[in-house]
Amino acid sequence: MAREGQAAAGRALAGPAAAEAALAAWPAPKAGFTAAARAEAEARLRVAGLPGRRDEYWRFTDPAPLLTPEPAASAPLRVDRPIFEGFDKLRLVFVDGVFDAAASDDPALAGVEIARLAEAGAADIHWARGLYGVLEAAGQSPVARPFAALNTARAADGLLIRVSGVAPRPLHISYRQSDPGSEAMLHHCIRLEPGAEMTLIETGTAAARANLVMEVDLGEGARLHHIRPQGRAHGRRVISHLFARLGAAARLKSFTLSMNGAFTRNEAVIDIAGDHAVAHVAGATLGDGADGRFVHDDTVFVSHGAVGCESRQVFKKVLKNGATGVFQGKILVRPGAQKTDGYQISQALLLDEDSQFLAKPELEIYADDVKCSHGSTTGAIDETALFYLRSRGVTRAQAVSLLVLSFLADAIAEIEDAALAAEVVARLEDWLARREA
Amino acid sequence: MTVGSDQETIEVRDGVDRETVETVQGIGAYKYGWNTDIETDYAPMGVNEDIVRLISEKNGEPAWMTDWRLAAFARWREMDEPRWAMLNYPKIDYQAQYYYAKPKSMAVKPKSLDEVDPKLLATYEKLGIPLKEQMILAGVEGAEEAPAEGRRVAVDAVFDSVSLGTTFKAELAKAGVIFCSISEAIREHPDLVRKYLGSVVPQSDNFFATLNSAVFSDGSFVYIPPNTRCPMELSTYFRINAENTGQFERTLIIADKGSYVSYLEGCTAPKRDVAQLHAAVVEIVILEDAEVKYSTVQNWYPGDEEGRGGIYNFVTKRADCREARAKVMWTQVETGSAITWKYPSCILRGEASQGEFYSIAIANNRQQADTGTKMIHLGKNTRSRIVSKGISAGRAQNTYRGLVSMHPKAQNARNYTQCDSLLIGENCGAHTVPYIEVRNNSSRVEHEATTSKVDDDQLFYCRSRGIGEEAAVALVVNGFCREVLQALPMEFAMEAQSLVAISLEGSVG
Repeated sequence: MAREGQAAAGRALAGPAAAEAALAAWPAPKAGFTAAARAEAEARLRVAGLPGRRDEYWRFTDPAPLLTPEPAASAPLRVDRPIFEGFDKLRLVFVDGVFDAAASDDPALAGVEIARLAEAGAADIHWARGLYGVLEAAGQSPVARPFAALNTARAADGLLIRVSGVAPRPLHISYRQSDPGSEAMLHHCIRLEPGAEMTLIETGTAAARANLVMEVDLGEGARLHHIRPQGRAHGRRVISHLFARLGAAARLKSFTLSMNGAFTRNEAVIDIAGDHAVAHVAGATLGDGADGRFVHDDTVFVSHGAVGCESRQVFKKVLKNGATGVFQGKILVRPGAQKTDGYQISQALLLDEDSQFLAKPELEIYADDVKCSHGSTTGAIDETALFYLRSRGVTRAQAVSLLVLSFLADAIAEIEDAALAAEVVARLEDWLARREA
Repeated sequence: MTVGSDQETIEVRDGVDRETVETVQGIGAYKYGWNTDIETDYAPMGVNEDIVRLISEKNGEPAWMTDWRLAAFARWREMDEPRWAMLNYPKIDYQAQYYYAKPKSMAVKPKSLDEVDPKLLATYEKLGIPLKEQMILAGVEGAEEAPAEGRRVAVDAVFDSVSLGTTFKAELAKAGVIFCSISEAIREHPDLVRKYLGSVVPQSDNFFATLNSAVFSDGSFVYIPPNTRCPMELSTYFRINAENTGQFERTLIIADKGSYVSYLEGCTAPKRDVAQLHAAVVEIVILEDAEVKYSTVQNWYPGDEEGRGGIYNFVTKRADCREARAKVMWTQVETGSAITWKYPSCILRGEASQGEFYSIAIANNRQQADTGTKMIHLGKNTRSRIVSKGISAGRAQNTYRGLVSMHPKAQNARNYTQCDSLLIGENCGAHTVPYIEVRNNSSRVEHEATTSKVDDDQLFYCRSRGIGEEAAVALVVNGFCREVLQALPMEFAMEAQSLVAISLEGSVG
């Protein structure tokens, strides 16, 4: 019944009228070098409108929670010890979608230039002019991504980060929520010059409802390692877009951990433009519908436009108590992108009868000398494995936790740094242990 | 070294002599492209209510059937042609073709096949389709020595808009099996038709099925009574002959409790420069413990190397496993048609019912295929299996599109899907678009898909044994398709195997 109500709301809100309402709700920021990009994004959004349930690209996930005019209050979750707390990193803090200089470290890191969109955005000349809204615009084809266009048009804050060497410490963007009804729209631009390297960590809940865009441009041989544990507030709703362009021999590894959250849609749009580049996108999701509604959607589009490149998509979801998991992933191999190695796996573990997994894993291939495969499986926990553990004296709850962790292992393996990976595993164990009781 | 020709320039690799290449280029790939020179009666061009009434009248249908068609036509006028498939073709002008074409010699309905115009019978003979009961399917090796009992196939021969006749009717009737054209069934068995027609594919199911509901001219009807194993295989052979004419046939198969039937479907059309429309509907109703095997070798004219002409094939096929332990197996070898839009589906309603789908789709030159299946699991303990092999060559685009849906009540259901694509040449495309919807946790769904090119090592091995490049590719491709070829009845497997090779002729260079 609830679903029907939301669908009705979604229909009422979708389309160009909803786009106008969204544009009106967000004041246009004072635009300097971003002015042209913002105007174009606004025009794109007016044409595309905001999506509704009937849009093919939203067939499994009703976008209504992103569109209802008054967001339901989402209480910030108190966490005893924030993730990655003890790690040596440069921390930049956003509270309810606004940069908080006082809570942040001094943004000085060798080889890394950091500016705030809210400040630098007013300037007419800036290096980010060639990036802001550019990858987002390119990512609007073959399917429109209206929420990203809205973000480009209206985002007032975010970070402009240019890396020219090997960053000595990870950069940590920490999102905090203080107001239970807050809304945030953030837009980050990140450029790694040829040969540059950086680890980027994003943590926390940006707001009760957030629209996040990150545009990443990797020069020749550049390496970005991206780790994103998304905020744990039960009621939060988020749509995020990662747009990345990879130059020759560049390397992108992006891992997202999602636990809790009423509504999450993470889109990744990866354009492999240089030969021998490597892009891995992974996600581990634990969803418990008992905490409220849980809908988690990973939508990934990897486009191979160069020779000898590799892409991997590894998405694992553990769902219980009526949680819904969605995966839409596509590998596009353009004509001439020979020697492509594309791989995609999406798997769901349904811990009870009420949860569901909906998937659309796609391949679209226009070159013959390629190796592309995808797999998708859905099922319950393996009773034989459970029985084996039980026979060794492990309690049922502990056995389930063990099997869940082993199920998620392939996705976690995409985190290169062992210490960071161990911290993620520790968080998963905590989450599972709390639910074992 | 390069060998030029009027169509294409082929790069010749070391060790391939010029003669081989020219031989390969000289092969006319489509062997059924001739036409039968006969006089044909057409209904006026285009489609409207009068045409719908005319078709109904020509078939001598009762009023309820005419009304059923008119209701479908009214709905069709409100509908838009679907555009979601990965198919690129010019807009179809539905008013610029004929919807009914009948050989003049069929004006007075012949009492038996012996009275049918010899030219028409010769057509089928040339195609290798036996219309005399003592004849057997041509091209089956060793068929001469084998006892005739085991290999008999009853044939319903559909020529343009009409059925010429059906063989072995008397013998089938002895077993209680009804096998006749659908137009005859509407007249002779109205209760059965009325009960089941549109019960699997409703009148307004989709754009093409709705058009078919309005204008279908003929097709086959099969009823297998309870606990009966159909004494021979049944088959329908569709031949389009008339120009600018669409073929709209409708097939209805009912397998009553505990029965079994294997049904074969074949089709060809002459070479023409203008594309022709084919929009068929196949409905299968399967009751408790019954089993239906439906095998298709689709070899409509695919158009020429430049994509001129060919059949636009928009087909709705669906089987309803209505009761417990009902079983359906779809096997298709799709080698023809310029455009293929086809998703044979299984509704697994009955407890422990089973659906299987085996498919080979080959697209060469400018062919485009968007095909797959839907497995809709509604009942407990239902099982389905999908094995799809797509082969793209030349400038063709080949898409697997499928749905596996596990409803909340379909507990302990299982699905296994394997979709493999093979690319031959760098200008073709292979795509996979599966939808997977799992709404309970006791079901298990596994989906795998791979895309690759013809393995160089395998080719090299064959070549080093003195096998020519074309033959080597055919061998590798046959190996790639083996799982599906094995699912075909013997008569079809032979034909399909050679078709696979023929369809790819000229694709290696």
